[in-house]
Amino acid sequence: MRPPSPSIPEKEFLYTSLKESLRLDGRLPMEIRTPTLIFGDNLGWVECSLGKTRVLAQIEGKMVKPPPERPYEGIITIHSEISPMASSEYEPGRPSDEEVTITRMLDKVLKRSDAVDKESLCILAGQRVWHIRLTLHFLSDAGNMLDCACLAGMVALKHFRRPDVEVIGDEVTLHEPTERAPIPLAIHHTPFCFTFAFFRDPMIPPIIDPSQLEQRLSAGLISIALNAQRELCVLQKLGGVPLDPDEVLKIVTIAVQKAKELNNIVDVRLKEDWEGRHVEVR
Amino acid sequence: MGSRIEILNQGGFRSDGRRQFELRDITIDLSQQGQADGSAVVTHGLTHVLVSIFGPREAKIRSQTIHDRANVNVEVGVAAFSTGDRRKRTRGDKRILELAASIKSTFEPVIQTNLYPRSQIDVFVQVLQQDGGLLQACINATTLALVNAGIPLLDFVCAVTGGVHSTSPLLDLTLLEENDIPNVTIAVMPKTGKVTLLTMETRLHVDRFEEIFKLATDAAKVIHGEMKTAVQSRTSMLVTAMGSAPRVGGGDVVDKDNDDRMNEF
Repeated sequence: MRPPSPSIPEKEFLYTSLKESLRLDGRLPMEIRTPTLIFGDNLGWVECSLGKTRVLAQIEGKMVKPPPERPYEGIITIHSEISPMASSEYEPGRPSDEEVTITRMLDKVLKRSDAVDKESLCILAGQRVWHIRLTLHFLSDAGNMLDCACLAGMVALKHFRRPDVEVIGDEVTLHEPTERAPIPLAIHHTPFCFTFAFFRDPMIPPIIDPSQLEQRLSAGLISIALNAQRELCVLQKLGGVPLDPDEVLKIVTIAVQKAKELNNIVDVRLKEDWEGRHVEVR
Repeated sequence: MGSRIEILNQGGFRSDGRRQFELRDITIDLSQQGQADGSAVVTHGLTHVLVSIFGPREAKIRSQTIHDRANVNVEVGVAAFSTGDRRKRTRGDKRILELAASIKSTFEPVIQTNLYPRSQIDVFVQVLQQDGGLLQACINATTLALVNAGIPLLDFVCAVTGGVHSTSPLLDLTLLEENDIPNVTIAVMPKTGKVTLLTMETRLHVDRFEEIFKLATDAAKVIHGEMKTAVQSRTSMLVTAMGSAPRVGGGDVVDKDNDDRMNEF
């Protein structure tokens, strides 16, 4: 059930204030909401919030037999169905346009970009590999669920520790976390996603991390996923108002800078959490 | 696994014999397909795509009508025989849904939808053969089909793919190249040079990206030239067939329907 379109006063107010580079929540046009990361008791359980947008990511790992065409690689699957809990505009069962976009972007950012080394997930070639299942629950939609989901997923992958496995000949022994310390996943690089919204009026500058209203009233979105090493992983501008090539390059430069900042924030939080969890096996 | 195919060899030739910046053969067929108001079959090398347009017509789905604009509905069907190995794709396949959503959001700001309130424009895309550059072919074919249907557009939308092989940029990639090297698909509106669609799914360094981005925007203008020629030749053929154009090479011009005065405008 689609929520009603924004009223004319809301629309006019937003456009007028954006022309003066004022956003409704007081942010600068190029300022993202500070992400808050809450880690659960289990390793690989992360709740990420960008303002009021909240996404929960959870990782499970189990050992399975690999498909015959890829016997040396592990399997990573991402499950992200948006339930009406996030917002009444999402219907259960039927993927809306936005849901398809989010699911595909997550797939590209987390799987296609090879963030996690799949070959390290192989236990016994052709027989046993790790199947890492990432489930994302969209708790609340206050705009820009995509960035929140990518961040939650990526941090969960970095947070997760899989049980240690010992292979002797053809025998595979799984060690409990209490016996042997669990091992983190081999992560090649950490992609972060940034979404910019731009508007029909050329006097309005593009803004990063749009809120719900800004997203609804925008004339187009561009999402950039990149890591702190200045490598672009995914770039997506699906239609919307046409942009000058120079503007696109300017946006890419801003995203590069934000990626570095976000990388630092994430590293600091992960370290904090790990200190609190430190368990020594004697 | 078979032997590795060289993407770009010492002599500067690619695996299909093209040069670095050479585009594949483009064929455009604007003849009428069935009952469609407009249609186009576009081939880029071995990638064949057929697009049929119905509309603007009364909206079939009442709930999706917009009071002041036309609703653009895009459906993409990928034939099971389109790839090397036969694989049936269901309509709900996420990649196909994404393709349809990209085409819809690319053309919504380009079609002058405010001229047809409460109507629907149906775009049916049928992929007959895939050899890389699928989104590129779909967008080019949709533009031509819309022009063929007489639906007013703000400008052409021309798409092209580009990639980078170590440090050498390449244009218009085949499937083999697409699977191997980082690539980007760009759609440009040639009059203003602005970018409407931009997708990249593979890792690429920011500096390399800048290079290929600029190159691809220029390449899209070349495709625009081809599209314009095709549209103009089809139009002149139709106009001659209707008998209202002056015949080339002199002779008496007979104005059968008294619209010679129109030529003064």
